[in-house]
Amino acid sequence: MQKSEKSVRDLKIGESGTICCLSDPEMSLKLLEMGCIPGTPVKLNSKAPLGDPITIIVNDYTLSLRLDEAATIKLK
Amino acid sequence: MAELIYPGEKVAVNTSVQKPIAQIALIGNPNSGKSSLFNQLTGLNQKVGNFPGVTVDKKTGICQLSAQQKVRIIDLPGTYSLYPKSLDEKVIIDLLYNQQSELYPDLVIITADASNLKRNLLLFTQLVDLQIPAVLALNMMDVATKEGVKINVEQLQQDLGVPIVPVNARNGSGMAALKILISQQLPAPDRTFFKIPEKLEGLVHQIRQHFNLQNDYLAWHYLHQFKNLTFLSETDKTYIAELLQQYEFNSNTLQANETIGRYTQINELLLDSVRVEKPDNNEKFSNRLDQILTHKVWGYLIFFTVLFMMFQAIFAWATYPMDLIDEGVTAVNAFIQSHFDGPLISLLTEGVIAGLGGILIFIPQIAILFAFIAILEETGYMARVTFMMDKIMRKFGLNGKSIVPLISGVACAVPAVMAARNIDNWKDRMITIFVTPLMSCSARIPVYTVLIALVVPEKYYLGFLNLQGMVLMGLYLLGFIAAVLSAWVMKIILKTRERSYFIMEFPVYKMPRWKNVGLTIIEKVKAFVFEAGKVIIAISIILWVMASYGPGERMAEAEQTIQQQAKQYNWSPEETEIRLSSEKLESSYAGVFGHAIEPVIRPLGFDWKIGIALLTSFAAREVFVGTMSTIYSVGDSENIKTIKEKLLAEKDDAGQVFFTPARAFSLLIFYVFAMQCMSTLAVVYRETKSWQWPVMQLIYMSGLAYVCSFIVYQLFK
Repeated sequence: MQKSEKSVRDLKIGESGTICCLSDPEMSLKLLEMGCIPGTPVKLNSKAPLGDPITIIVNDYTLSLRLDEAATIKLK
Repeated sequence: MAELIYPGEKVAVNTSVQKPIAQIALIGNPNSGKSSLFNQLTGLNQKVGNFPGVTVDKKTGICQLSAQQKVRIIDLPGTYSLYPKSLDEKVIIDLLYNQQSELYPDLVIITADASNLKRNLLLFTQLVDLQIPAVLALNMMDVATKEGVKINVEQLQQDLGVPIVPVNARNGSGMAALKILISQQLPAPDRTFFKIPEKLEGLVHQIRQHFNLQNDYLAWHYLHQFKNLTFLSETDKTYIAELLQQYEFNSNTLQANETIGRYTQINELLLDSVRVEKPDNNEKFSNRLDQILTHKVWGYLIFFTVLFMMFQAIFAWATYPMDLIDEGVTAVNAFIQSHFDGPLISLLTEGVIAGLGGILIFIPQIAILFAFIAILEETGYMARVTFMMDKIMRKFGLNGKSIVPLISGVACAVPAVMAARNIDNWKDRMITIFVTPLMSCSARIPVYTVLIALVVPEKYYLGFLNLQGMVLMGLYLLGFIAAVLSAWVMKIILKTRERSYFIMEFPVYKMPRWKNVGLTIIEKVKAFVFEAGKVIIAISIILWVMASYGPGERMAEAEQTIQQQAKQYNWSPEETEIRLSSEKLESSYAGVFGHAIEPVIRPLGFDWKIGIALLTSFAAREVFVGTMSTIYSVGDSENIKTIKEKLLAEKDDAGQVFFTPARAFSLLIFYVFAMQCMSTLAVVYRETKSWQWPVMQLIYMSGLAYVCSFIVYQLFK
């Protein structure tokens, strides 16, 4: 797995990216199960009124997660 | 590898239990319509029990397949995979991996959301690999069709190697086909999706032999999850742990590879049977609705409106049935008392039936609160609320989902503690349960009203700001601040290995299914009445004994004294009765208790009379008013004015007014913080399945109450 600087956290609303890898081994299991598989396109859908958590769209469904969690999803 | 078999150990396993009927486990992703399917299959034929040793509810139900054939359906918590992340989900592995378990299923029904097949099939492929006979219930085909997803069911069935039934759990279509299918003896699936990595085959083989397992994948899960399998002995666990070290087994990496591998297979498999015609459907209705419902301004405004409505409902609507129940219980008691007499009758009426009344009276509030929660949950709105509140709540060691219990706590802590079940993180849930009773519940209102009326003048500021109202609001605020600060402290103290996640599916908005709402209400009410009810009745009886009996001959002496005085001063029968109950209460064990704790509560400004009230309030805070009116011999406990006059007339030893503002405020503060509600303690016990939490709550909250009252009294006296 190569290291990439950009993560889902850095996306703007409406912007998309492709998942490269997951940086937190423990969290990654949960994210993988939810469909955040490397190579899958992901789009930042919305942010909570206070900026955190956020919702993303992967595999055609909406997933909500905290910014800390989003930061572990690195993008290509 | 040869294993020594200890005969004693093997015999202990309950293989002799013959299951009377077939057991079917219902399993699926959250939001896949699993609960609806369960409700469709079992209807009112449901039972809520406990999984052995854990805090999770076990829902089972009987499904009548035909006139002759019945099966038991076990509803399992929703999960995304067989690697559980929360305590709730751990129930699943305990059940599926222990073939000796009496709940071990003969068949599993896997529900899958057809509009999101890819993710739903992850769990499916894991279950198939366990080789338990399985049926796939393909739910929400209508939603899938609407979103342009076309599924070739026949092709899919062929590829998966497991019978598939398209169902609609909302309207019940497909149920007949599903029932026919599950009434048959289905073979175990023969295909597998996952291959054990070559260099670990030896390890898996060893585990299979050791535990006598017939399946590789099951052995694989023993390796990953032995720490969480409660049915394994410590020796077994050490055995596995040592093997893992030998093989340098890295559970995280292996799980990640397995999941990626499964998704790769699922993707290929779905190429055959699933076509998506409208690939871009991001502008879905739900998304547009979210722009308003989670808006910076409108979002919170709408949320607070919903909350306000909920309170209105709990306070206003619940009052009528609650009054009816109250009157009903009083009437039953009056009827029995007028026809029978004796200590047993009084135990029955004042102990048992009064305790029962104390349980029944909560039913309307629990029902209404859970109706609201179920509807909010069903529509998908609750997920938005937690989403909006998460950041704020997290600062205090809580979680977006804690908002519901905390707010419901203002009505009553009992359903509120039950509502905390929606929080899947153990630590967040425990903190929420722990601090919820600090929110000022409606039972505190009578106490607040009486005491505020006593010492706060009825003044108006700016024409509409009522001083008494402002004090009342201040007390609520105080409770809220105490709850939040306590949560923050708990966050620091409480250590846990479990990480707090907020990774969850954001469900699309849906119409609530009223059947589900109804069944949720019935289930919650039943859980409260039967589980918490036992403890409440027991404590009611103890309190009754303490208030009705006194040491030695004191009760009889008290009666004699009053009868004499009645003759002497020519009291009316009512007057005599009132004075008698007051005198008796003083002579009872409760009175003895009041006198005994007087030195302890004196620094708070309380005397023994308040001591009795503190004890009896333990049944429920509102009992305070009744007790005060008995002790101070007020005829009418409903009338705040008369109680107020009586209390104001009360003089201390020096002949000064007893209820000074310092005393009253000290007492108010005490009631804001103190844990004086056996129903709450009983429900916390039920929800945490341990006495540790309720006892900690009792000590912490009483301590807090004591310290704060002490400060208030000493400052203002």
